[in-house]
Amino acid sequence: MRVIQFRDALNEAMNEEMRRDENVYLMGEEVAEYNGAYKVSQGMLDEFGPRRVIDTPIAELGFAGIAVGSAMNGLRPIVEFMTWNFAILAADQIINSAAKMLQMSGGQFNVPIVFRGGNGTAGQLGATHSQSFEAFYAHVPGLKVITPSNPYDAKGLLKAAIRDDNPVVFLESERMYGEKGEVPEGEYVLPIGKANIRRQGSDCTIVSFGKIIKIAEEAAETLAKEGINVEIIDLRTIRPWDEECVINSVKKTNRLLIVEESWPVASIASEITYRVQREAFDYLDAPIKRLTQSDTPFAFSPTLIEEALPHPKDVFDAVKSLMYR
Amino acid sequence: MAKQTKFTKDQYIKWYESMLLMRKFEEKCGQLYIQQKFGGFCHLYIGQEAVVAGTVSGSKKGDKHITAYRDHVHPIGLGMHPKYVMAELYGKSTGCSKGKGGSMHMFSKELNFMGGHGIVGAQIPMGAGIAFGDMYKGNDNVTFCSFGDGAARQGALHETFNMAMVWKIPVVFIIENNNYAMGTSVARTTNVTDMSKIGDSYEMPSESVDGMSVESVHDAIKRASDHCRKGEGPYLLDIRTYRYKGHSMSDPQKYRTKEEVSEWKSKDPLEKVLSAIQDKKYATEKQLEEIKQRVKGLVEEAVTFAEESPFPEASELYKDVYVEENYPFVTD
Ligand SMILES: Cc1ncc(C[n+]2csc(CCOP(=O)(O)OP(=O)(O)O)c2C)c(N)n1
Ligand SMILES: [Mg+2]
Repeated sequence: MRVIQFRDALNEAMNEEMRRDENVYLMGEEVAEYNGAYKVSQGMLDEFGPRRVIDTPIAELGFAGIAVGSAMNGLRPIVEFMTWNFAILAADQIINSAAKMLQMSGGQFNVPIVFRGGNGTAGQLGATHSQSFEAFYAHVPGLKVITPSNPYDAKGLLKAAIRDDNPVVFLESERMYGEKGEVPEGEYVLPIGKANIRRQGSDCTIVSFGKIIKIAEEAAETLAKEGINVEIIDLRTIRPWDEECVINSVKKTNRLLIVEESWPVASIASEITYRVQREAFDYLDAPIKRLTQSDTPFAFSPTLIEEALPHPKDVFDAVKSLMYR
Repeated sequence: MAKQTKFTKDQYIKWYESMLLMRKFEEKCGQLYIQQKFGGFCHLYIGQEAVVAGTVSGSKKGDKHITAYRDHVHPIGLGMHPKYVMAELYGKSTGCSKGKGGSMHMFSKELNFMGGHGIVGAQIPMGAGIAFGDMYKGNDNVTFCSFGDGAARQGALHETFNMAMVWKIPVVFIIENNNYAMGTSVARTTNVTDMSKIGDSYEMPSESVDGMSVESVHDAIKRASDHCRKGEGPYLLDIRTYRYKGHSMSDPQKYRTKEEVSEWKSKDPLEKVLSAIQDKKYATEKQLEEIKQRVKGLVEEAVTFAEESPFPEASELYKDVYVEENYPFVTD
């Protein structure tokens, strides 16, 4: 199969959807003439012109609100945030406007919009530029939240997000844009709300999402050498998350580790833990564990970064302790 | 633009040495970054030195300073030894933010340098707030709040300008107007390309300033800060300057022509100060050479210091997050 970069997978998804539906347009900082700060929108201005590929000033709150308004009036905007850290300025329009419009209007105005951009840590950028937003946005009823972890998922899920009639928060990663993966020629759409079992195993379930899932995959290889077979579930969608898939897996393995790139308090891991203890309490052979970023802002120094993030060794140790081995 | 005042020989020598240090420091940073001696982003100030140099010379002790992420030379201009900035870029524990802030988050309480801010425009309201603090305390300190032409498009600017006028906050807003926000020119984001007019709808006194002339910047800073010190409220300076290098280190710069860059370079602020010194015979060639050597020594010392300094201990991760030392962090 053909191998392409993550950024190209996103680019194809947007191109295909813009060809398919005249109401889809792209807006954001540096998306048009500069071809995107991370080159995700490469070539789109050339194909679709400035009416549909629109450079904005640095005014996240304003352009996010303009996009929401246009969605209320029948358009289907894709809003690119250079990174999600900057979308904090736009959070009012995402949370107060987009997420609540359908209910507040008694079902009259839906907001079909995709907010997308780089999410999470990306090396030495300091605390303001290193945050993951799954838990922030998953908290908000009215939003759907997606975090792809590879080019194939990125393309299929972004297409689904653009076609979805609700506001969708789509969390990518600056660090993944250059990563390559197999993506078939031609169109496909992946369902929102369905997880993907990336690795089958019977000894312990690991639930993760986004780029941090790699440390679980690395650890899985080492664990296999010791005869421990983990099952890795890539959530893909954070809200709504695929409860059935996770619960079924836990019922099989009787152990659960959650690996998340963001902070521990009020995290996705906390939410999954609650649900699993409700639905599969009697199946658990060990208390659920999680590995997250340290409960601190993400500092700049490489030694502090090393300390803040979980590593494959931590996954290895956590699984062993869940297995009482 | 107003008539220039007379400056002393000392002032010119100070400007030259300070701006040369900024230039050489940034050139060194660029080289080290390419050699991957440190990571993260690297936003250089080369070409814009007169803005900081004139702001520092036009301000007084007690005044406060705040800026964006293009912040390596602001603390140096204010008198910090460059080694603390270099160590911060390296993420070392001896850096001016203990290696925790990095390139976009330089700080110095001692020098009243209130940061280095990575979120575009965040320092606009904070700058006014710092000035509010001095106004509240009843002293005559002024805050110099710098931000880019791109940052001026954030809504927070308008909210802040309005409140600063209503409450007569002693803040000088400085647009470090280098005509580009990453790849976007001023003209592509507004139909009011004269940025000094942004103050008009708030009746904020505003002017455009030649940012390639340290004398002009100094004079404008004086006028603006005098106005603030008299209790008459904020002032806006649209300082026209230019960054010679890309936005950060990975910028192909397709949005501008080589001719445009060289046209600006022909107005180089450092060259101008140097020729003023030479014209007025304020220094001999030997003295100028001594300055160059001193600057070279400082930059070399900065690199050695940064390279030899230790990284922060892992335990530092849990320090400086809360004021309390025993905050109950969640650790599993
Ligand atoms: C809120 C926010 N949006 C976007 C960015 C990404 N970004 C960093 S610098 C920059 C351009 C800023 O240009 P300008 O204000 O003119 O400053 P200059 O780089 O020219 O000094 C952008 C868009 C950011 N850091 N913060
Ligand atoms: Mg600029």
